[in-house]
Amino acid sequence: MSNQNEYYSGVDLGFTLNTSEVFVTNVQPAERLSESLRERLLVRDIKVGCNAGDCGACSVIIDGKIVCACLTPTLQVEGKSILTAQGIVNDTELGQRLAESFQKHGASQCGICTPGMMVSAYRLLEIENNPTEEMVQDYLGGVLCRCTGYQKIIDGVLGVNGNDPEIGTQPLGFPTMGESARHLDGNDKVTGLMKYGDDVAPPYTLMVKVIRSPYNRAAFHFGDLDGFVEANPEVEAILTHDDIPGNNHFGIFPGFIDQPVFAVDEARFKGEAVAAIVGFPEFVNFFAVEDFPITWTELPSVLDMEDAEEEGTHQVLPGRGRNILCGGFVKRGDYQEGLQNSEFVGECEFTTSFVEHAYIETEAGYSFMDGDQLVIQACTQSTFMDRESLQEILNLDQSKIRMVPTAVGGAFGSKLDLSVQPYLALATLKTGQPARLSYTRRESFLSTTKRHPAKLAIKVGVNGKGLIQGMHFRGKFNTGAFSSWGPAVVNRVPIHATGPYFVPNYMAETKAILTNSTPSGAFRGFGVPQATAALETLLDDLALKIGMDPLEFRIKNALDDGLPNGCGQIFENGVGIKPCLEALRPYWEEEKKRVREFNAEHKNHHLVRGVGVASGWYGCGNTALSNPSTVKAGIKSDGTVFLHQGAIDIGQGSNTVIPQIFGEALGMEKVPFELIYADTDLTPDAGKTSGSRQTFVSGNAARLCGMTLKRQITRQLNVSEDSNLKIEGTIVSAAEEPNESTLNLADLPSDNEGFVFKAMETYDPPTITLDENGQGKPYAQYGYTSHLAVVEVDQKLGKVKVVRIVAAHDVGKAINPMLIEGQVHGGVIQGLGMALMEEFIPGKTDNLHDYLIPTIGDIPEINTIIVEVPDPSGPFGAKGLGEHALIPTPSAILNGIFHATGAQIKKLPASPDRVLKALRGSENDL
Amino acid sequence: MVHILPENLSSALASMEMPAKVIAGCTDFYPSLENGHVPDRIVDVSKVGEMVGISKTTPGWRIGGSTTWTEIIDHPLPAAFDGLKAAGREVGSIQIQNSGTIAGNICNASPAADGIPPLLTLDAMVEVQSANSTRLLNLEDFVVGPREIDLGANELVTAIWVPEARNNTVGSFLKLGRRKYLVISIAMVAVTLSISPRGLIEFLNIAVGSCSPVARRMPVLEKKLTGLGARDLLDDIPVGVEDLTGLAPITDIRGTSEYRQSAVRELCQSAIRDAIGKGLEIT
Repeated sequence: MSNQNEYYSGVDLGFTLNTSEVFVTNVQPAERLSESLRERLLVRDIKVGCNAGDCGACSVIIDGKIVCACLTPTLQVEGKSILTAQGIVNDTELGQRLAESFQKHGASQCGICTPGMMVSAYRLLEIENNPTEEMVQDYLGGVLCRCTGYQKIIDGVLGVNGNDPEIGTQPLGFPTMGESARHLDGNDKVTGLMKYGDDVAPPYTLMVKVIRSPYNRAAFHFGDLDGFVEANPEVEAILTHDDIPGNNHFGIFPGFIDQPVFAVDEARFKGEAVAAIVGFPEFVNFFAVEDFPITWTELPSVLDMEDAEEEGTHQVLPGRGRNILCGGFVKRGDYQEGLQNSEFVGECEFTTSFVEHAYIETEAGYSFMDGDQLVIQACTQSTFMDRESLQEILNLDQSKIRMVPTAVGGAFGSKLDLSVQPYLALATLKTGQPARLSYTRRESFLSTTKRHPAKLAIKVGVNGKGLIQGMHFRGKFNTGAFSSWGPAVVNRVPIHATGPYFVPNYMAETKAILTNSTPSGAFRGFGVPQATAALETLLDDLALKIGMDPLEFRIKNALDDGLPNGCGQIFENGVGIKPCLEALRPYWEEEKKRVREFNAEHKNHHLVRGVGVASGWYGCGNTALSNPSTVKAGIKSDGTVFLHQGAIDIGQGSNTVIPQIFGEALGMEKVPFELIYADTDLTPDAGKTSGSRQTFVSGNAARLCGMTLKRQITRQLNVSEDSNLKIEGTIVSAAEEPNESTLNLADLPSDNEGFVFKAMETYDPPTITLDENGQGKPYAQYGYTSHLAVVEVDQKLGKVKVVRIVAAHDVGKAINPMLIEGQVHGGVIQGLGMALMEEFIPGKTDNLHDYLIPTIGDIPEINTIIVEVPDPSGPFGAKGLGEHALIPTPSAILNGIFHATGAQIKKLPASPDRVLKALRGSENDL
Repeated sequence: MVHILPENLSSALASMEMPAKVIAGCTDFYPSLENGHVPDRIVDVSKVGEMVGISKTTPGWRIGGSTTWTEIIDHPLPAAFDGLKAAGREVGSIQIQNSGTIAGNICNASPAADGIPPLLTLDAMVEVQSANSTRLLNLEDFVVGPREIDLGANELVTAIWVPEARNNTVGSFLKLGRRKYLVISIAMVAVTLSISPRGLIEFLNIAVGSCSPVARRMPVLEKKLTGLGARDLLDDIPVGVEDLTGLAPITDIRGTSEYRQSAVRELCQSAIRDAIGKGLEIT
């Protein structure tokens, strides 16, 4: 480019990309570098999480400076040198060491932020070989991560020059039980090769743009849609409810299938889909939705639960009087009598806000026809549930639909519901062509599910000895405009609202209320974190009233083997809450002392510290419903084991933990193996990744499958079933007596899949349906946890800094300690966000700079204590963990604030204004 | 549609003869695009030589409009600029500081623009040029309202001028947000001051952002503290609500009006204390 040629509309230009000189043609005005790299040059390790500079996933290094590719016009980079994650890993020794260190330290979970983190870290390490933790934070502060809680990313950067042999191992064959093996699918995440929802479609694929309601509630009618298609040659088709061959509604539970794919006549929340355009990218990318032929008439809407329940308020959904969707109920003993027999009774009301999942990957996918079969590749937590819903919507036989999950860039519950899938399917079926759809960040905020806002009231009575005598709990949950997982939340909460404590007299009632808000659905904990916050803050209040130490008060009331929970369910073994609380005791005593010292040193100072504790428990799997998992495996004549593992890995690590369990059951040392991941055509149904069920349920299926496969081989070898097996080439023998008996796999017949031995096993956790009082066995297994939080409160500004979290988790048996720590860190930091800053306000906070999640600068020191109280029904004793990690954190932080200041925060998040208001008492309204 | 990328000032000004959207670091431009069309005519001033870099001349310091926050942070500048540099380090993230420019920050004219309070305390002036005119105006007069600036359709903000400050001037800056990094402020305060050899406050400039439609100086407070003993102030900095004239904090997603009112007093005290601490070190 030269001065004579300063006017650019479709320019050709060149730059250096990693080690190559590249040339791009016809670059458009204001074209983003992220777009040029991803679509013109297929450099898909540039991840677009927000298109606004808020998440940093698209970070690249341009002439030595880290920038967001989404904020950089391609025209500005002519002649410059651009480094991406793939480049630094492929071409530099430092990049390779960094990639290895990230994997070793478990720095990558879902992996969507990893390229941005790697690029930022690489630049830092170029400048400073031995950076401090603070420098790492400064350099990586522009990249958001929602999975890891950041600590392991810091460890990955700081560990680039070291080598700890104990963690992040890379075994030959299956990792062993208890081994801190690295994520088996982790290599592609650190090299930028992993393909997420928007990474699979070829460039220039037809794109789908969903037209959404701009109002909380509105009537609408379409203009001349055919005319619109004719007038715009780049538009291939318009989709509306008229294009749906089957049922226009989807949902989770029978009787609650009520969310339209496309609204008919009335839109019920801001962001609801009413139509979609299928067209060429250059049109769809720049299409202004105001140009769509539709007329809106805004209607009165209701956003508040109290208003929704008023007589005379319109019904959000037909047939749901007073906008009550459904309720939950558990009753045991006589709570009134329990409260009457109590010497101290405490009560409180507690309110929580909508919380957004805020995974860095927005919903995205790709669809195409393979012969007469529709194939959809999308980010999802459950391929089989997706397929079932699509069968109904499309009126297609299941053999005609194949769901292949892409890598999932974070999910946390919201990718259980359908999002892009039906629109992709309809676009491909109507046009016969491949289609692509990736939600914008705003679309993701507006249209996908949230954590339920709750209004809770709780009353607890204790006797003079400090034993809980009775409890009453009422909860209302704003479920938005459609059911989604609302029924699951109101059923789960009454079971869990006792906390992991023995409550002899108990009653809990919950309701899900419909409003014209974004639907609330599944989010790490299904309502339990909200209920926990109400209970656990009240327990500290009671402990103070009766003059007991908060930790000892909890230990005294902790549930135990042989004691019934609120549902009357008794476990003879495996109740691990007391060991969790007791594991915290030394930390608790130490931190109480340190807090006292800090506060004495800072007398009359505005900074004050406190320490709080809270507990949680969580039933693994579906609530009193069948939720089987099936795992299949076989061994081929060349000696390779194939494990068909369909538990969706959303970053939590099921692609590592399930093989680890299977390998332990198979007992075959150093056997070469291949993982066949989820695909509805190749791998059996391992259920959804939800309810902390994969390690427990799919893990059990994997254990059974490994045992069956082993049994087949030991029988053939004629050795004991307990023998360990050994494989050398194609020769299998018993490890302890290798010469006694051998099998040559190459000599054995194989089946149509090429397997010499094959096994497939299913596990469904045994539960008993709840009766009208909620009595029964809702879960076959619970996991337990207790967190301790040290907080520092700025009494002038109301700001709360979390200094330290000690998290004790009873996981039954630690299958992979490093991955456990990763789950705990991530859960704790999501809990910290929920406690202090996260609040989705419909219509106001629909981006990642108004909706705040914690950054790398907000994290405390986190110590994970792994407690192992084996569960008789868990695989090798293991229990679920994913959701448990978040449940007590917000409560522990609130109790820390209470301890520090005496102020009780009864509304989440505890934002600085709310904290300051609480500090100054209610008369001083802030 | 055209995207014009001039490399010198005369071409840049010439290209402003027709209406255009001016861009440079694009950190505000792209986020504003999501639901709309790309402007028909874009003038990209990121490469205009005369608009990049920092230089010292007789009347003061000239910071080219397209100078990025990183360039400001990395450039050796007197202690008076410490508040501006601190503000730069609080702009978004390293990614944003590497792209975002000082003129862009001013022209976007957000009530929460991080750069404006420290520039107000430096008595900054804005150099505005068109093909046939040059104006120099006070920053207060340039930013006239939220998202509202005194800039003609054919004009560019080519530079920011900062007059040479007294010898021993120091600066400080505090930003209050709900999290670290990547955060829009609830409130912020910038201070410059100097302390006489006898330990008195010779002058004190203080500006508050995010608490009024446009960030503003606090003249009543400035006057009240000028001439007082710096060390005495360290014990007690008297900042009353009545000293903070012209603030009209609103309630929004980041904080309530009442909260801002209360927090800004604390921030003023802390920012002044920081500046006095630095001032005493060099006096």
